[in-house]
Amino acid sequence: MLIHIGCWVCVVQIHFVILINRQGKVRLTKWYSPYTQKERTKVIRELSGLVLNRGPKLCNFVDWRGLKAVYRRYASLYFCMCIDQDDNELEVLEIIHHYVEVLDRYFGSVCELDLIFNFHKAYYILDEILIAGELQESSKKTVARLIAAQDSLVEAAKEQESSISNIIAQATK
Amino acid sequence: MVTINRDSKISRRKHQHQDSKLCFPLQFHHGTENLSSAKESSFPVFVHKPSIGVRIHHSLAVRPPPPRSSPPEEFSLLHFAKLEQLKTIGRELAMGSQGGFGQSKEFLDLVKSIGEARSKAEEDRIVLHEIETLKRRIIEPDIPKRKMKEFIIRLVYVEMLGHNASFGYIHAVKMTHDDNILLKRTGYLAVTLFLNEDHDLIILIVNTIQKDLKSDNFLVVCAALNACCRLINEETIPAVLPQVVDLLNHPKEAVRKKAIMALHRFYQKSPSAVSHLVSNFRKKLSDNDPSVMGATLCPLYDLIAIDANPYKDLVISFVSILKQVAERRLPKSYDYHQMPAPFIQIKLLKILALLGSGDKNASGHMYTVVHDIIRKADLSSNIGNAVLYEAMCCAAAIHPNTKLLEATVDAISRFLKSDSHNLKYMGIDALGRLIKVSPEVAEQHQLAVIDCLEDPDDTLKRKTFELLYKMTKSSNVEVIVDRMIDYMININDSHYKTEISSRCVELAEQFAPSNQWFIQTMNRVFEHAGDLVNIKVAHNLMRLIAEGFGEDDDNADSQLRLSAVESYLGLIGKPKLPSTFLQVICWVLGEYGTACGKFSASYITGKLCDVAEAYSTDDTVKAYAVAALMKIYAFEIAAGRKVDILPECQALIEEQLASHSTDLQQRAYELQAVIALDPQSVESVLPFDASCEDIEVDKSLSFLNSYVQQALEKGAQPYIPEEQRSGIPAISSFISRSHHGPSSHGLRFEAYELSKPVPQPKPSPPSLVPSTELVPVSEPSYSRETHQTSLARLETNVGSNEIKLRLDGVQKKWGSPSYSSPTPSTSSPSSQHAVNGVSQHDGASSVSSKARDSSSDYWKQQPKISPEKQKLAASLFGGIAKAEKRATTSSQGPTKAVETKSVVEKAPMAAPAPPLPDLLDLGEPDNNSGNSSAASDPFKQLEGLLEPGQGTSCANNSNPTSSSKDSDLIGLYGSIPTSGQNNLIFGSSTPNTASKNGHETNAAALLSQGTKGPNLKDALQKDSLVRQMGVTPTNQNPNLFKDLLG
Repeated sequence: MLIHIGCWVCVVQIHFVILINRQGKVRLTKWYSPYTQKERTKVIRELSGLVLNRGPKLCNFVDWRGLKAVYRRYASLYFCMCIDQDDNELEVLEIIHHYVEVLDRYFGSVCELDLIFNFHKAYYILDEILIAGELQESSKKTVARLIAAQDSLVEAAKEQESSISNIIAQATK
Repeated sequence: MVTINRDSKISRRKHQHQDSKLCFPLQFHHGTENLSSAKESSFPVFVHKPSIGVRIHHSLAVRPPPPRSSPPEEFSLLHFAKLEQLKTIGRELAMGSQGGFGQSKEFLDLVKSIGEARSKAEEDRIVLHEIETLKRRIIEPDIPKRKMKEFIIRLVYVEMLGHNASFGYIHAVKMTHDDNILLKRTGYLAVTLFLNEDHDLIILIVNTIQKDLKSDNFLVVCAALNACCRLINEETIPAVLPQVVDLLNHPKEAVRKKAIMALHRFYQKSPSAVSHLVSNFRKKLSDNDPSVMGATLCPLYDLIAIDANPYKDLVISFVSILKQVAERRLPKSYDYHQMPAPFIQIKLLKILALLGSGDKNASGHMYTVVHDIIRKADLSSNIGNAVLYEAMCCAAAIHPNTKLLEATVDAISRFLKSDSHNLKYMGIDALGRLIKVSPEVAEQHQLAVIDCLEDPDDTLKRKTFELLYKMTKSSNVEVIVDRMIDYMININDSHYKTEISSRCVELAEQFAPSNQWFIQTMNRVFEHAGDLVNIKVAHNLMRLIAEGFGEDDDNADSQLRLSAVESYLGLIGKPKLPSTFLQVICWVLGEYGTACGKFSASYITGKLCDVAEAYSTDDTVKAYAVAALMKIYAFEIAAGRKVDILPECQALIEEQLASHSTDLQQRAYELQAVIALDPQSVESVLPFDASCEDIEVDKSLSFLNSYVQQALEKGAQPYIPEEQRSGIPAISSFISRSHHGPSSHGLRFEAYELSKPVPQPKPSPPSLVPSTELVPVSEPSYSRETHQTSLARLETNVGSNEIKLRLDGVQKKWGSPSYSSPTPSTSSPSSQHAVNGVSQHDGASSVSSKARDSSSDYWKQQPKISPEKQKLAASLFGGIAKAEKRATTSSQGPTKAVETKSVVEKAPMAAPAPPLPDLLDLGEPDNNSGNSSAASDPFKQLEGLLEPGQGTSCANNSNPTSSSKDSDLIGLYGSIPTSGQNNLIFGSSTPNTASKNGHETNAAALLSQGTKGPNLKDALQKDSLVRQMGVTPTNQNPNLFKDLLG
């Protein structure tokens, strides 16, 4: 079923990002390589089985179908990214941490609950960090600035939903 | 800016020029930073923090407050002073404005109920119900846009949980058309999550994307570019390409960056569509914003990976950028855990590795900077190690430089000695890269490698196997492959099993010291991974058994075969053998089962019948078994012995005569026919051990000449070759039709005519043969595969003297496809018989069985006793000298066998092993490592003696030592501060527990800086908010509230 995954191996650095909690509940998924809905369910099931059952002192990488799942646990949440065999696992581990730090800055001591109720915001932030499976921005400040710009726009939109010109003015000033 | 230069002089000057430009952005970054910080101040950073919903206030009264697992006394002691303050803030927040998390009650309820679902089934039920609701409500007329936005987010949620929300995709698409950026952004988010690039709805979005790319709001443009990366496919690239290219010069750096990424994505999808724009990537490398420059490295890396040559001129630029980055010339905001822009460094190192590989000149420029990075690496932080690892990879990939390699070896040993499994893993990986350049490196780390091999961590173990795979040579192949198979037996992961079994086979084929060993190894591989092994491997194995050494040593060949037969007879009774393996077994037993005279025909046939019965659902195995039976009977008849068919064989044959499978049926009939023949014809039909002999096919059909002549004399028309007949539309012969069919492309509209050349068939035998008449003639014109089935059809009608020809065909099936090797076998039936002495076989078999037994002993004891570890090290790493020795001895086979035995027999004699050449190679490194782990622990040995040695459990024995060593592994990541496990939200205000780990201080300090301010407030806010919404953090999951970074 997942045999075709190999075809995209060289296209993207990160194939997908999955956030699951300790009970295996999905908190966020983002797919950079094409997977069908069925495959996605299977991937999550298989990976959560692999990752959640690993002992605490083992390394943060797991072989999975010829790819490598790099995971890292924060409190009750597992952040998991899937990469190619010969990529730099430590770097991906730090990309995860980078994302978490940005989330932390944004939410202010981020906890699982923030991600549960604001998963769309977590998506927006992820979109500023990773694009098409590549790390696009390594400066936390820049990410925060962009997200803040978007949010301020949203606020403005709420306040003055009628006047679009105002919104644009605010965004581009 | 700079194109490829041909003239070297000019190019050098241009290099400098370009260089200075490249430095430019990095030197002037302060300006941009000032600008950006000024900009930032105009945006409130954390404006989003949701305020508390009054709507759901009532739930506060009903629900009990969340249980706090951290004792309240302690809390108040610590934070007594702040308590009052908190209370006020909390009250304020609770009284605050409406909004909750910005979502409606319905949605919050959904999320809540999902969160409280106790099983997957319950969750599914809730989600399905939600889908029904959404389906109904989303099509209602005049839904307010805000409501619609929420529906879309609910759809995203449903889809995220693995359910199908495709009914709502179109609404998400519609939302992207909206003028309101708030809605547009939600729409884009949803479609990028919902749709793949080949979805039908994409076409409806392209227009919107086009329009949005031209928007004067840069956030709209950013959203559209994000969507571009995900949604634009090969066909739609031209529609947006001009806009994206224009955006490369957008005043906002965020837009430029995303435009680069989008262009990169387009290039990945359709290189031809954007190939003329590739030069843009070069230009953007000198963009004066570091984030744009960083983004540009992604496409450049891809381009260089495809073909490095056009980019060699950039080597100096990359090196100078890397140097500047490493010297902290980038803005502070790119620092990550005190490393200057590590992600950019890593990307640059990757690029340099590609550019420098196999290019001495280019590598020359890199040595200094890479060496500096390795030398100055920050080993205390994870990211420092990531950069160091990448630098090591780079050093291993580029043209070797001794100084650099020395530094790399040092770094590797630091990794391997580390307590962190992650670092060990990276060290093993780097070692695997480095041994390609300098194979002797592995020896220095042999004991560390063996430790990793015996580690309970599967990932580490597999990585080590990968390393071993890379360093396999003929001197250590036995040890390595044995280890691999032992590991393979104990895993369930079929994906990895396939991989490791194919590696075993590859190594065994490449380095096999003896055929006997090869066969035994193959047996083990087949036995345990049978159905995962490529069928070709089975054919190779059969060929090896049939062809033997390929030398003129029939004696050795027959020994080999006997040992194969014996091992198969031993294995055949095991339950559930894989089909491929059974095929090999049947074939070998059929060909050579009775050859030595040690086993009687009835014994072998009985075994074969057992196989056919036990695997009665597997037609292929049955076919192999029947064919093997036929061969054995044929050999018996040819040898002049009486054939008494066992009743169960008889029953089997009877059954197959009526089989639904034509193949099986045919084989059964053939078997019957063969048995009925006289010895002479049987011997010519199925000569003994002729599977390797080429069967000559007389393609000109010269034996028919007289027949044709006769027919011509009787007045028949001569045969006209097909190409001459091509004008004639009617092709009556089904043979030529079948040949013609695939090659003629168009449809044929005219009806098939009745065969015009009705009188022709007889005089032109090959073109058309009424099947009942000319059986042997038709044969050669079929391809080999079809041959058999055609025969099956003819079978019943023909007389016994024609069978000969047909059985040749059968032989051919067995013979040629799998044994197409050009070297013809030298063995002939007569010589074979002469060689088959029982005494020789006894010797061979005893050697082989002894070798197997003791080798398993060897592995049982190996992990427990340190001398064994040393021996393993010796057999793994001390191979260089050994290999040389072997090269001097002329006859490979016999010496090898002795060596195998000697290595293997050391095992039972535990400690004082005889000084072997292998051990001598260890020399100093062995002594150095004497203090490592269990090496010199006498109790360890006792333990080993006391314990009933089980091959599988031995890995666990190394557990205690290794785990005690790695005391604070994960602690590095601050992931599970065990002491703070139960901290609720308030725990976040205490200093980070993770900072106990000395390693983490940097990160912790950094984090606490960032979080301390809003911490208390946030925590309280969240708590009260959550209580209001009625999400009770029950004991089911108190962790929900724990700060991820806490």
